[in-house]
Amino acid sequence: MATMNVLEAVRDAMRLEMRRDPNVFILGEDVGARGGVFLATNGFVAEFGEQRVIDTPLAESSIVGIALGAAVSGMRPIAEIQFGDFIWPAINQLVGEAARARYGTAGQRNASMVVRVPHGGGVRGGLYHSQSVEALLAHTPGLKVVAPSTPYDAKGLLISAIRDDDPVVFLEHKRTYRLVRGEAPEGYYTEPIGRAEIKRRGEDLTVITYGLMLHYTLQAAEQVSESEGIEAEVIDLRTLRPLDVDTVIESVRRTSKALIVQEDTPVASIGSEVAAVIADRAFFDLDGPVRRVTPPDFPPMPYSPLQEAEYMPSPNKISYAIRQLIDL
Amino acid sequence: MEIQRYVPTQLRPARQMRADLQQIEQASSLDGVGELRSVGEVSLYGPGEKAELLDLYRQMYLIRRFEEACAENYSKGNIRGFLHLYIGQEAVAVGVMSVLRPGDYVVTHYRDHGHALARGVDTNRAMAELFGRKTGLSKGKGGSMHLFDASKRFMGGHAIVGGQLPLAAGLSLSCTYKGTDDIAIVFFGDGAVNQGTFHETMNLAAVWKLPLLFFLENNFYGMGSAIGKVRAGGTDFYPMAESYGIESVLVDGMNVLEVREVMANAVGKMRAGGGPQFIEAKTFRYVGHSMADPARYRDDSELAEWMEKDPLKTFPSLLLARGAAVESDLEAQRESVHQEVSAAVRFSEGSAKPSPHEIFDDVYA
Ligand SMILES: Cc1ncc(C[n+]2csc(CCOP(=O)(O)OP(=O)(O)O)c2C)c(N)n1
Ligand SMILES: [Mg+2]
Repeated sequence: MATMNVLEAVRDAMRLEMRRDPNVFILGEDVGARGGVFLATNGFVAEFGEQRVIDTPLAESSIVGIALGAAVSGMRPIAEIQFGDFIWPAINQLVGEAARARYGTAGQRNASMVVRVPHGGGVRGGLYHSQSVEALLAHTPGLKVVAPSTPYDAKGLLISAIRDDDPVVFLEHKRTYRLVRGEAPEGYYTEPIGRAEIKRRGEDLTVITYGLMLHYTLQAAEQVSESEGIEAEVIDLRTLRPLDVDTVIESVRRTSKALIVQEDTPVASIGSEVAAVIADRAFFDLDGPVRRVTPPDFPPMPYSPLQEAEYMPSPNKISYAIRQLIDL
Repeated sequence: MEIQRYVPTQLRPARQMRADLQQIEQASSLDGVGELRSVGEVSLYGPGEKAELLDLYRQMYLIRRFEEACAENYSKGNIRGFLHLYIGQEAVAVGVMSVLRPGDYVVTHYRDHGHALARGVDTNRAMAELFGRKTGLSKGKGGSMHLFDASKRFMGGHAIVGGQLPLAAGLSLSCTYKGTDDIAIVFFGDGAVNQGTFHETMNLAAVWKLPLLFFLENNFYGMGSAIGKVRAGGTDFYPMAESYGIESVLVDGMNVLEVREVMANAVGKMRAGGGPQFIEAKTFRYVGHSMADPARYRDDSELAEWMEKDPLKTFPSLLLARGAAVESDLEAQRESVHQEVSAAVRFSEGSAKPSPHEIFDDVYA
């Protein structure tokens, strides 16, 4: 095992797959000599050449569209969108085209592509550098949406995503890039897409989360364990589409209480779907309402640091919600 | 002495620009500010003209100093997030704004401090916005990339590259719809030209004859990408406007007077109902794309070459040489700018932080 941060895990996964499969190539803005805005492809031009690490003009719609075109001819492109906030110009290519490519051709062609998207807030990015973009993407049948939160998962899931024959949107929380370090094997391994993981065992309630919020939730779980002996089970969804319903339901049936924590706004979100699934499949096992911790239902994350903190869920807000649910 | 009238609207390749600046000096024809009478030992500028010229200098110096103060306060942690400085490009914003009227709309991208200040946005409130304070232009919610002041018709910095272009077209549509001769101007960079929205808006503005001024600040790089890497047609963009049926002109973005004159010409045509215009200014950002960018992708010699044309050196020299100002005039301007910027920093430091519950304001009308 090696110790690495999330960014290094992402870089490692891409490097290994680039070495293994000549059909894999990378395209995006400044991914070449500059190594990408977050340096995810740092050093790649030197190893793989400019033909496989392609600097594009500033045009997201083209980046994703070109990836799709290459994918349906059998390539395995990895497109980088610099920030999740910049994916909207590419939405037609992704939602309107890539998601429908296989179905629309009755299986003649696959859109075997990955779109890597640094997302999320807590970096003083304000209106246009903090967005959570997962809900619309996870809403879209035909896409797969992966959102790892640890180096181990990021590496194993990205390798899976690159090998996957369907279009995968790979959401990397930019705050975790350097903040979260952990162990991950050095060579090849894969983690399955569509499988959640229980990151902490507990019997008092189930907390379902993903992305940066996993780490805040784990902190909150430790807080309530130390102070009140409440033992929360924490599920990291890891994949937002397809959702691992079984893992969620199995846990909720044991604990009888469910709390969902997400950085995205509440309406028509991942949490809405998880809550609906729990209501459908575990209703009679519940002994309390399904609760959510989310930001307020506002369009952007404000820039001002205090307000950003107010907007984002935090370990304290999560532990408060845990206590409330337990005390009901 | 024979006076040559300098005609800036004719299209000229960038490499001639320096020669032209010298030519202006030799020709002694300063600008569009006043009829040139003669140049000798004695200045023949009237006090109003002098004041106007000095003010151009002051504004450029204000932007430079403001940006330096931003960088300082970024390292101190007073300003957070993503910060893009305008240092090097001052002559563009100042030249442009000097010919606009209060009713005109200004739209720009995230590198917006210079545009805001030149438009007359309050220095204190601009700085306070960067500090994330309650007294900021958007009460601290927007930050550096999203300065906005509707009272100045400064309709925002926008950080989705290319996203501001259609929006500006909408503003210009409202100008004609309401029957005014106000115009809208939209600033964008060489990188933004690659977005579909640029081409959509060019076409639409031409078809509808919108009073929309496309102002390209070509600083030769979009983040780390030199133009040559992402564009096959070379580093001149203005010829492409012709294919949309839009009149275009190239201007030396390091020369505030030339920018001013080219602008005056374009805006005059637009107010007369001539439809859109396109101006490309060649300029350079002296610092990295943002505070996170050490700009390793470009050569020091390239920067040095541009810095020789620094408007904050060449313009005051020109004023002195023309007798439009004496050294103490310039010094007085610098002194007042230093005070203004220090005051803005103090104002921001002393301003209240917005209270957390104010995030609940302004979600819906
Ligand atoms: C849609 C979108 N894609 C990417 C970015 C990231 N980004 C911000 S500025 C920039 C370069 C823009 O260059 P240019 O238009 O030349 O303006 P300059 O920064 O040189 O003033 C990039 C890639 C963004 N903000 N929005
Ligand atoms: Mg540029």
